[in-house]
Amino acid sequence: MEFFNQITQYAISGLSTGAIYALIGLSFAIIFNSTGIINFAQGEFVMLGGVLAIVSITALHLPMPAAVAVAVVGTTAVGLAFERLAIRPLKNATPLSLIIVTIGASILIRGLVMLIWGKDTKALPPFSGDTPIEVAGATILPQHLWIFAVTLLVIVASRLFFHHTITGKAMRACSFNRRAASLVGIGVGRMVLLSFLISSALGALAGVIIAPLTMTAYDVGVMLGLKGFCAAIMGGMGSGFGTVLGGLILGVLESLGAGLISSGYKDAIAFFILLLILFVRPQGLFKKGETDRV
Amino acid sequence: MLRLSGIGKRFGGLTALQEISFRVAPASITGIIGPNGAGKTTLFNIATGIYPPTEGAVLLEGKDISALPPEKRARLGLVRTFQNIELFGKMTVLENVMVGLHTQTKSGIFACAFRMPWQLREERSIRERAKRWLDFVGIAELAGVEAGKLSFGKGRLLEIARALALDPKLLLMDEPAAGLNSKETQELAKLIKSIRDRGVTVALVEHDMDLVMEICDSLVVLNLGSMLAEGTPKEIQDNPAVVTAYLGEE
Amino acid sequence: MSPHRKLKPDSLNPDTPSSPQEKLKFLVFSLAVLAAPWPLAGGYLTNVLIFVGINSMLALGLNLLLGYAGQISLGQAAFFGLGAYGSGVLTTRFAMNPWLAMAVVAVSVAAFAFAVGFPVLRLKGHYLAMATLGVGVIAHIAFNETVDLTGGPSGLSGIPNLAVGSFQFDSDLKNYYLVWGFALVAVLLSLNLVDSRVGRALRAIHDSEVAARVMGVNARLLKVQVFALSALLSALAGSLYCHVMTFISPTSFSFHVSIELLTMVVIGGLGSVYGSILGALLLTLLPEMLRAFQDFDIVFYGLLLISMTIYLPGGLVRGIPALFRRLWPVRRSHA
Ligand SMILES: Nc1ncnc2c1ncn2[C@@H]1O[C@H](COP(=O)(O)OP(=O)(O)OP(=O)(O)O)[C@@H](O)[C@H]1O
Ligand SMILES: [Mg+2]
Repeated sequence: MEFFNQITQYAISGLSTGAIYALIGLSFAIIFNSTGIINFAQGEFVMLGGVLAIVSITALHLPMPAAVAVAVVGTTAVGLAFERLAIRPLKNATPLSLIIVTIGASILIRGLVMLIWGKDTKALPPFSGDTPIEVAGATILPQHLWIFAVTLLVIVASRLFFHHTITGKAMRACSFNRRAASLVGIGVGRMVLLSFLISSALGALAGVIIAPLTMTAYDVGVMLGLKGFCAAIMGGMGSGFGTVLGGLILGVLESLGAGLISSGYKDAIAFFILLLILFVRPQGLFKKGETDRV
Repeated sequence: MLRLSGIGKRFGGLTALQEISFRVAPASITGIIGPNGAGKTTLFNIATGIYPPTEGAVLLEGKDISALPPEKRARLGLVRTFQNIELFGKMTVLENVMVGLHTQTKSGIFACAFRMPWQLREERSIRERAKRWLDFVGIAELAGVEAGKLSFGKGRLLEIARALALDPKLLLMDEPAAGLNSKETQELAKLIKSIRDRGVTVALVEHDMDLVMEICDSLVVLNLGSMLAEGTPKEIQDNPAVVTAYLGEE
Repeated sequence: MSPHRKLKPDSLNPDTPSSPQEKLKFLVFSLAVLAAPWPLAGGYLTNVLIFVGINSMLALGLNLLLGYAGQISLGQAAFFGLGAYGSGVLTTRFAMNPWLAMAVVAVSVAAFAFAVGFPVLRLKGHYLAMATLGVGVIAHIAFNETVDLTGGPSGLSGIPNLAVGSFQFDSDLKNYYLVWGFALVAVLLSLNLVDSRVGRALRAIHDSEVAARVMGVNARLLKVQVFALSALLSALAGSLYCHVMTFISPTSFSFHVSIELLTMVVIGGLGSVYGSILGALLLTLLPEMLRAFQDFDIVFYGLLLISMTIYLPGGLVRGIPALFRRLWPVRRSHA
C-alpha cells in the first residue's frame, strides 16, 4: 500500500509537470506551424513569465492576478520585439541562420534577466495557499489543481481559436501551405507575428503557473524548453491532442524515473526519449509520415 | 535502357502518378510532355530515387534499381538536371563540375587531408576534365565565377556540364529550355543532339513543343498522372486524345 | 534574357592551399603563432593563448561540420568533455601513459561519434540541432553523475602533465607550443581537406543535398565521417585541456560551451578555417581583457549571434576584407 501511494504521488506530480510540458509544447508547435521555425528561445519565454510574476509581487507588491497579467503581457512584448528585430529581418533565411538567431535570442534574454534580477532562485507564492488535499492516499496541492485547470482551459481555447475563428483558420492555412495562403489574401507576415505573440503568451503562462511548485531562476529556460520540445515532438509538432498527451507521458515517466531510479538522471530521461523518438519516429508517436518536396 | 513498369505515386490523398509504364530506347531522345501538374517531375524524382514509388519498379539496363538511393543510381550512369536549377551556388562553376567527377575519383578523407601523391594526381586530372566539360557546353570562360551568380541560361548549361561529367548512360533533363530565349533554345537543341550523338541516352521533360518535335525520337504524354499516349512525334501530333487534352489548349 | 554581364572570378573558398599565396599565408600564420609568446615574455597572456589554441581546435572541428557540410551540432562540448574525462580518468585512475590515453580516447570518441552519427545526421535543420543538444546535455549529466569515475560536480584533480621522456610540459610556454603544435597540424590538414574531393562534396551537400546525391555523393556517409572527424578534433582538444589544467570539472563541458563555440564560428566565419581561429581568438581574449565583461558575456554572445547572422553572415574573415575594399577600392585588376 505504501508503495502504491508513492506511485500515485509520483503520477500526480508527473501529470502536473507534464501539463506544463504540454503547454510549452503547444507554444513550440504554434510557431513551427506558421513559420517552420523551431524557436530555441521558447524556454526563455517560460522562464521570463515566472520571473516577471515574482518580480511584480516582490518588488512592485502587486496582487497575484495583476502579477500574472504583467508576466504574460511583458513576455508577449518580448516576443513581439523578438519577431520584429530578429526574425523579420531574416526574410528568406536558411534553417541554419534561423537556428542561430533563435539561440542568440535565447541566451540574450537569459543574460539580460540575469543582469537585471540576479542569479539566485526565486519562488512565487502558490495561487491559493498550500494546504494539501488528500486523494486516494496521495496529496494534491492546490497549485496542481490550478495547473490542470489552466492547461485544460488553454487546450479548449486553442481548439476553439484554431478551428472556429477566421484568424485561427487563417493561421492553420498558413501552416498547410504558405504560398497558397498568401494567394487567397491571408497576410502571412501578420500571421507569423501573431504566432509569436500567442506562443510567447502561452509560454509565459506556463512559466507562471509552474513557478510556485519548482522555483525559478534565469537559467531554467533551457531545460523547460527542451522538455516542451520533446512533448511537441512526441505529438508530431501538431498543435493538438498529441502534444498534450506527449507532455503528460513525459512528465509521468520523468517523475517515476526520478522517484524510482535516480533523481540525478531525471533530466537525462527526457533526452533519451527525445532522441529515441527523433531516431525512430520523427513524425511523432501518433501521426503518419510525409514526403519532403523537391 | 530505362524501363518504368507500373509506376504509381500517392502523396497522402493525392494520386500524382498511376500505372506509368514505358521504355526509353538506348541512344535516343525521349520527350515526356504533359500539362502542368501532370506528374512529370515526380516521375523523374522516382526514376532517380529521390522519392520511393508507391507501386511499380524502375529498371536500368534490365537491372531493378528501385531500391537503390540516388547516389548508387548515379554510379550506374543515371543522372538528371533539375527544373528549378539545383547548383552548388556557393562554389565556383569549375568546382560544380568537379563534384560531377566525384564518382570517378576515390581519395578519401585521409588521403585528402594528408595530400597523398595520388590524390594530387587525381585532383589535377579532374580539374582538366572539368574544364573540358565547361568547354563542351560553351561556358569555359566562367570557370572561376560563383555558380549562384550565373544567369538562368548559363546555370542550365552548367547543370548539363555537371551531369555530363559523371559520364552518364542516361541523362534526364527537367525542362531544360524553360527561361531560355529562342536563340539559347536553338543552341540547346544542338547541344542535346550532340549529347545523344556521344552515345548518351536522353529523356527530357519539356513544354516547348517546337523543341520537342524537332529533337525527340519518341514521346510519352502524361495527363493527370496517367499515360495518355506514346509514340513518335508525328503520331502524337495526330493523336486526337492528345490534341484535345493538351495540344488543343495552345 | 539580358546580354550577359562580364562576371569576374570569385575566390569563394578563402582557403585554397594549392595556390602559392595560400601556402605563404599558412607559413606566415605559423610563424606568427610560433613567435607570439616572445613579446609576451611568458607572461599571463601566454596562458590565455594556450586556451585560444584549444578553442581553435574546437571551433575548427565545429566549422568543418557546420560551415562546410552545413550540419549543425549543439553538442560539441560532449566530445570535448569525453576527450578530457577520457584522458583524465585513464591517466589518474588507471595510470595509463598520457600519450597512449590520448590516442585511445581520440579513436574511441571518433568511433562513438561515427556510430551515433548515423541516426543523428539523418535528421536535418532544427531537429538535428535539438538531437545534438540532447546528446550534449546527456553527456553533461553523465559527467556530473558518474561520481566514482569523474569525481562528479567537484571535479577530477591530479591529472599529470604531458611529458616526453623527462621533459615535462609543466610551464605555460611549454604548453603553449604543445597545444599550438597540435592546432597548427589541425589547421593544415583542414585546409587540405576543404580544398579537395571530399571538401567539395561537403560543400556541395551544404548547398544542395539532393543535387549532391544525384551527382553520386554518398551524403549520408560523408556527413557521418565529418561528424566523427569533428569529434576527433574536439576529443584531442579535450585531452590537451585536461593535461594543461591538471584539473577538470563538468562546468567546462556544459551546453554553454557548445554555444560559445557556435558563437566563435559564426563571428569568425562559417566555412573558413582561419575564421575559426579568429573567432576563437576574439572570444577567448575578450573576456580575459575585460574583467567586467564576465557577467555580460552571454548577453554579448546573444547580441553577436543575432547581429552577425543578420548583417554579416560571412563572419569577420570575409567582412573585414570587404570593408577594406570599400574604404580603399582596388585599382589593380584581378590576379
Ligand atoms: N512532395 C510532394 N508532396 C505532395 N504533393 C506533391 C509533391 N510533389 C509533387 N506533388 C504533387 O504532384 C503533382 C504532380 O507534380 P509534378 O511536379 O510532378 O508536376 P509536373 O508535371 O512536373 O508539373 P510542371 O509542368 O508544372 O513542372 C502535383 O499536383 C503536385 O502538387
Ligand atoms: Mg515539373
